[in-house]
Amino acid sequence: MNQALVALRSFIWKEIRHILRDRQTLVILLALPIAQVTLFGFALRTDVRDIRLVYVEQQPDAATAELRTRFERNGRFTLIPANPASGSIAAAFRAGKADVALVIAPGLAEGIRTGRVAQMQVIADASDPNTGSTMQAHVLAAITAWQRDLGGRGSGVVIEPRIRMRFNPTLESVNLFVPGLIALILTIVTALMTAISLSREKERGTLEILLVSPLHPWQIIVGKVAPYMILAFINVVSVLVAAWLVFGVPFRGSLALLLAGSTLYALVGLSLGVLIAASTRTQLAAMLAALGGTMLPSTLLSGMIFPINSMPAPLQLVSNIVPARWFVEISRGVMLKGAGFPELWLQFAVLAGMFAAMMSLAIRKFSVRLD
Amino acid sequence: MRVLRVLLRKEFLQIRRDVVILRMLFIMPVIQLIVLANAATFEVKQSRVWVVDQDHSEVSAALVQRLVGSGRFAVAGRSPSHAEADEALMSRGADVILAIPDGFARDIARVRRASVQLAFNAEDGAQAGVASSYASAVIGDYGAELSADLRPTLASADPGRKLPVPGQPRLEVQRRFWYNPTLDYHRYMVPGILVQLVTIVGTIMTALNIVREKEAGTLEQLNVTPIGRATFITAKLLPLWMIAMLQLTVGIIAARLLFGVPLEGPILLVYLAAALYLVAALGLGLWISVVVDTQQQALFVAFALMMVYILMSGLFTPIRSMPDWAQWLAQINPLMHFIALMRAVMLKGAGFMDVLPRLGALFASGLVIMSLAVRQYHKGAA
Repeated sequence: MNQALVALRSFIWKEIRHILRDRQTLVILLALPIAQVTLFGFALRTDVRDIRLVYVEQQPDAATAELRTRFERNGRFTLIPANPASGSIAAAFRAGKADVALVIAPGLAEGIRTGRVAQMQVIADASDPNTGSTMQAHVLAAITAWQRDLGGRGSGVVIEPRIRMRFNPTLESVNLFVPGLIALILTIVTALMTAISLSREKERGTLEILLVSPLHPWQIIVGKVAPYMILAFINVVSVLVAAWLVFGVPFRGSLALLLAGSTLYALVGLSLGVLIAASTRTQLAAMLAALGGTMLPSTLLSGMIFPINSMPAPLQLVSNIVPARWFVEISRGVMLKGAGFPELWLQFAVLAGMFAAMMSLAIRKFSVRLD
Repeated sequence: MRVLRVLLRKEFLQIRRDVVILRMLFIMPVIQLIVLANAATFEVKQSRVWVVDQDHSEVSAALVQRLVGSGRFAVAGRSPSHAEADEALMSRGADVILAIPDGFARDIARVRRASVQLAFNAEDGAQAGVASSYASAVIGDYGAELSADLRPTLASADPGRKLPVPGQPRLEVQRRFWYNPTLDYHRYMVPGILVQLVTIVGTIMTALNIVREKEAGTLEQLNVTPIGRATFITAKLLPLWMIAMLQLTVGIIAARLLFGVPLEGPILLVYLAAALYLVAALGLGLWISVVVDTQQQALFVAFALMMVYILMSGLFTPIRSMPDWAQWLAQINPLMHFIALMRAVMLKGAGFMDVLPRLGALFASGLVIMSLAVRQYHKGAA
């Protein structure tokens, strides 16, 4: 047993030297995650910033001018002049120069004075449905506020909804995306890199030499995987520091729990990488399998960018077997909600189960002779 | 010219012989289209609401009914206390807590003013924002309805006619959603996904194709022949360019049949833009193949570039939500221009003049990327 440990230790040292020797890859592996978090943290947003509004008065009067001033002073809107023809709205939308149009039918001031119904139309460019409806809602809210100010005290019943946004009061998308990015970065370092490194040895035939050596398959796998584990851990810490320093992403839960979750997820990624390397023949095939089998699901089916609730039922079902989905729930739960182990035990259990299943499968595959 | 023809034949033969690649080229796009279009959606579906009703009145029950009746909300559970509701929000058992305080109905009857509390799980801020605007609208409507009920003299006198009350402005605001009246997310995503598919073939396949010859050593053999640089590059790129165009066609047909995505504008404009865009995409692939030595490196570089390229292109998140510097950066991203153009032409029916600036940008980026890549490519370097 002692001898086995000595052998393992020297094997791990050999692997670490391999990685250290390839400076270029090492720098990429250390710097890329920080660059990604910074870039995507800044750029991946869904918040509505300014709204370009085409303001069409079919018959300008005092009331339309007043409403126009309100929009101008609001700060959220940029007004775009237009002639009353509806064709000019379509042209502005087609060229992507406007987001929403407000068309006011003639007689607004007159209608307000006499109490007759005044008509207007809010047209959104809904080719992007969410942005379109959100912007339309902002325009409607501004009109409602104006109407309320005009009406003074009404006799109607007012039920005021007091809305609280828990866990993310400013509704910033950074807080949503950054915890998800950790999952993506961990996937790249663990699954992709192990798959490549192992399949390279396989392709060159050096893995066969290792297999006929007195080392056990599990020793080979541990030796291959251990250095990447260290790398992944460094990456997690650096990404967390960047998220906290650069974006001020809140950190409400326990750091130890998050690190434990990250370590577990990294282990799942590593075992997936080993499994991929064990079941493919060439480096290229391993890489394609790793990209297709891990990167795409981790980005698309994990809830990192797109909410799982919005997907059709079959895809929601599939998302259950994507490890990243469970890790994203852990990282968001800990960082944003301050969730503890009692709330997250299921996620931990699922990840642990995946790790055990894939690792035993991978070791069995490797124990069999190659080809 | 004869040399070019022979080389082209060789390339086509090679591609045709590779069954895996052919399958990847034509089945993958359809699968990707189906999965991506369904997965990549920000659509706000039903929110699960947890009700803490401390009023227990008819009015409070009716309010909950209204929310459920709108189809946007479903009751996930009820509890008399806030503690259980908080737990549900924490463990994702519910998306929003609706708390109706004691005395809600009494306040409405007496002072005509009452409040309810809505606490959203705002981890995903955009979703919570949309859901909260739905809830506010339903609650506002319910209040208006109660006003009518509480004024029996006005309401029952002539329910069809709305009585004008001087000094009380009544605005009738109609809402219109152009180009996508049902707010269907597929329509928005599919044109962008088509672009992404073409990009994968154009860039990754090109890079891998050339690097493979480098790795196998056959590139050196080609380099010692009298074949010119231009001829070689043309022979390598032209087949891939044609495959990508073919793939686009498969994609457009699939988009129509599977998702009912319209093609409002001229189809020629789509192909013109694709032709220009592919010069940039293939140029990028060529550049990658020049700077790397192995297929592994090529795939890695291609993937890293594509990730930045795609995530910053406006495919998933709107360009106009990005900070200014990122918006400027996006201007030099040909993918961004092509996606914007596809959406404008397919959904809004934009014509040549509408998208002229985009076409110009595509042309310019193709020219710059391709000439940089060709300049980097030396026969001796490999």
